[in-house]
Amino acid sequence: MAVMLETTSAPGHYGPYGGRFVPEALTAALDQLDREFRAAITDESFTRRLSELERTYTGRPNPLTLARRFSEHCGGATVYLKREDLNHTGSHKINNVLGQALLAERMGKTRLIAETGAGQHGVATATAAALLGLECVVYMGEEDTRRQALNVARMKLLGAEVIPVTTGSKTLKDAINEAMRDWVSTVDQTHYVLGTVTGPAPFPEVVRTFHQVIGREARAQILEAQGRLPDAIVACVGGGSNAMGLFSGFIDDPQVQLRGYEAGGSGVETGKHAARFAAGTPGVLHGARTYVMQDEWGQTVPSHSISAGLDYPGVGPEHAWLHDTGRATYTPINDDEAMEAFRVLCRTEGIIPAIETAHALAGVMRLGRELGPDSIIIVNLSGRGDKDVATAARWFGIDLGGVASDALSVEMAEGR
Amino acid sequence: MSRRLADVFAAAKSENRAALIGYLPAGFPDRDTCVDLISTMVESGVDAIEVGLPYSDPLMDGAVIQEAVERALIGGTTTDVVLDTVRRVTEAGAVAVVMSYWNPIERYGVQRFAANLAQAGGVGVITPDLTPEEAGPWIDASDEHGVDRIFLVAPSSTDARIATVVSSTSGFVYAASTMGVTGARTSVSTGAGDLVARARRQTALPIAVGLGVSTGEQAAQVATYADGVIVGSAFIRRILEATDSKAARESVAALAREMAEGVRA
Ligand SMILES: Cc1ncc(COP(=O)(O)O)c(C=O)c1O
Repeated sequence: MAVMLETTSAPGHYGPYGGRFVPEALTAALDQLDREFRAAITDESFTRRLSELERTYTGRPNPLTLARRFSEHCGGATVYLKREDLNHTGSHKINNVLGQALLAERMGKTRLIAETGAGQHGVATATAAALLGLECVVYMGEEDTRRQALNVARMKLLGAEVIPVTTGSKTLKDAINEAMRDWVSTVDQTHYVLGTVTGPAPFPEVVRTFHQVIGREARAQILEAQGRLPDAIVACVGGGSNAMGLFSGFIDDPQVQLRGYEAGGSGVETGKHAARFAAGTPGVLHGARTYVMQDEWGQTVPSHSISAGLDYPGVGPEHAWLHDTGRATYTPINDDEAMEAFRVLCRTEGIIPAIETAHALAGVMRLGRELGPDSIIIVNLSGRGDKDVATAARWFGIDLGGVASDALSVEMAEGR
Repeated sequence: MSRRLADVFAAAKSENRAALIGYLPAGFPDRDTCVDLISTMVESGVDAIEVGLPYSDPLMDGAVIQEAVERALIGGTTTDVVLDTVRRVTEAGAVAVVMSYWNPIERYGVQRFAANLAQAGGVGVITPDLTPEEAGPWIDASDEHGVDRIFLVAPSSTDARIATVVSSTSGFVYAASTMGVTGARTSVSTGAGDLVARARRQTALPIAVGLGVSTGEQAAQVATYADGVIVGSAFIRRILEATDSKAARESVAALAREMAEGVRA
């Protein structure tokens, strides 16, 4: 299977997926990125600097935590959590951002732009910009600036400009459109730090490469802890970067099942979801051919999810290929099932996960029952839930009363 | 024999001027008014029309075209409506090409789109987010149905890229005047002249300049070095600002005349 994946694709393609569907004006910048990326990852001074930052700044390696009490809710399977939530800035997103920020510096670019949904990628980009002394502008759908208000404040504290996007569905998809428009106009001085494994080549490969550290560490850690590979590895799939990072460490081990969980929103049958594999079809969005939620005319259909980071109508092209070849399996998880898993993890392990991550946790609760008590499963704990406290409190009807900060109360009062 | 893009550029050249190309999205401001306004453009001196195919994620377009396209989509403009618009304006005497992002064409079916466009009388397609590298099936389909295939070059294109792009292009080469999205600008980038000169060295095809042309004066300036001048956002802004369809028609006609004078200056 792994061999087939490599031999049937042209560069920048994954079978029929991927490629580069962009205005000609961006071709030169993508070629430059491709060249610099390839030079950098074989340049020892670059890789040394990146691993130094991972160790001393991000806090890697992060642990693989055995989730004893949570496992009881997963059919007794032995469940491990890969703790990306413990990274500086609170999610896996920093892995990719540090790599790309160093690339930007190497290309002599002085300005970083990014799109963000949940705000985690925006926060990570603002962080790297502050660290390297670069200018930073983050595009965020207006809808998401409201439901992830905490992260908007974080980005501003870090010195980034946050531009709310009011076009289209006012979510991640529209933030990407605006970031692309900015980039095409400012490409000489600007690097676009794309936040997930989507977009025109070489972005899916660049982002995956900088997240491979997740899979590398997890593989070594599970072998150390259990002396064998897991039966399955699990991740939530928005664009698919945390999943690709974890999957990459096990993709050549056919006995390890790769399981991705996408947002089922209110239910695939309601039309209010972000289930690209369950309800999408191959098409082109944001520069790549992949599975897209679209109507019969090829117009993008807006996605819906309680989690801003999974609320996206496209998905990384490598996932599309892993799906078609059967190497990975993708399943939708509805809002309510994700929130139940969120609650269970809080109560059993003392860890508040991001709502994106809660979709993976719900997945492992199902999968554990399927694979049984002798199985070992690793789930990527892609982020922590601080940003989601207001949403979760509202979902569970928790009265924040006097202890709530003003910001949180305002957020709650607005019904967001 | 119906006219093709080559005829349009040849005719302009024989008059020692640049051709004027106007853009309007199908279904904007509504289906019938769009057809009507295109006829007005042609009567007022526009030589060829780009009929825009409204798309939900127009990432090469600025605010003005985004607004027009969003309205067209809300009004129910589908690919079939676009093809019908092409048919109607062609019957009314226009030479029409379609300007479309790639996904709607792929979704419609590449062969089917080329066939139905040719059937409707459309003579070409401009594909702003498709480069020759990804265009294999489109190159076959457009050849088979005799539809011109217009790719873009940009100021950032290397000479080697320009060579690749023009060798896959027919009808005319679309030179994006500036690094940026569509929309009126106070001046047309000086880089445009350089880009046209670089493209000229690689092709005998006509070269038209688009992005940012909004006045007769700018059209005149571009016409000194290009074979065609493309105007989009400036027309749309006038339609958005007009109080009713009669005012829109008058305003569009006035701009078309100003531009037509510009390309003859
Ligand atoms: C914590 C967390 N997990 C997952 C995601 C989804 O992104 P991806 O699928 O690229 O990992 C996000 C995106 O914002 C996130 O913040």
